[in-house]
Amino acid sequence: MDSMTLIAMASIITAGVTIAIGCIGPAIGEGRSVAAALTSLAQQPDASTTITRTLFVGLAMIESLAIYSFVVSMILIFANPFWNHVVAEASGK
Amino acid sequence: MHLSPDQVVLWKYGFINLNSTIATTWGLMLVLWLAAMLITRKLQTGIEISRWQCALEIIVTAIMKQIEEAGLSQPEKYISFLGTLFLFIAIAALATVIPGYESPTGSLSTTAALAICVFVAVPVYGIAEQGLGGYLDSYLKPTAIMLPFNIISELSRTLALAVRLFGNMMSGTMILAILLTIAPLFFPILMSALGLLIGMVQAYIFGILATVYITAATRKD
Repeated sequence: MDSMTLIAMASIITAGVTIAIGCIGPAIGEGRSVAAALTSLAQQPDASTTITRTLFVGLAMIESLAIYSFVVSMILIFANPFWNHVVAEASGK
Repeated sequence: MHLSPDQVVLWKYGFINLNSTIATTWGLMLVLWLAAMLITRKLQTGIEISRWQCALEIIVTAIMKQIEEAGLSQPEKYISFLGTLFLFIAIAALATVIPGYESPTGSLSTTAALAICVFVAVPVYGIAEQGLGGYLDSYLKPTAIMLPFNIISELSRTLALAVRLFGNMMSGTMILAILLTIAPLFFPILMSALGLLIGMVQAYIFGILATVYITAATRKD
């Protein structure tokens, strides 16, 4: 298998695995945080604005970890430097 | 399909490229400046005020209240910086309703620039509040061994600010582009609405995080 095929294969597989595994942790974390927010809303409905705001801030922080995996996955698919290098080499020949 | 608006070149002259990021950033700055100038030309202090002035007051007082709740006791000193950050990112996200527009925060250059602004602003405000010695002392808290970790945390949270905003905005546009090739007309509209919501939340997050970092640098404990 020549290096071009190897790079393409590794990039595609890694992109898929990155986004798949990278979404598990944040999903579990977000689920638990929303559950905790719902429990505290049920116990203290007066503090609902503070709780809701803190919930959204926390969710955005957790979400950004999934976004980091997504960014790596997108780079592997669309802006892959290794792929660009071998394509430039192959078309230069 | 491009990864960021940096790759959309509107005009070339030699080696000078005018890409979409620069054009939309300056366009947004022009809109914000014009709006502020036109609304504050004739400020009224009575009960009857114009609608635009009322809207602007709502926005400004809401931001001041948020800054105060996040821990800064004198929001007037910081609202020019923090309010501008929030308004720029929020208007950049909201303007995606205009067809043919792509948010400049979908490019890592813009978000890195905003994150570097926060990175520079934190020591500036810290030194203004506590003096140079007091601010540098805060790096040695709780113990002097924590000095490298404090420095690393400063750098990494700047990076996290940039990549978080870039990732959220870029993923919105990218998912929209992919969905348009798969299932046009209905589903992309939902994703576009989700993108608007995410954009506003990320603008709020960026502002609140900048506020929290400045609070940590300026409080005297």
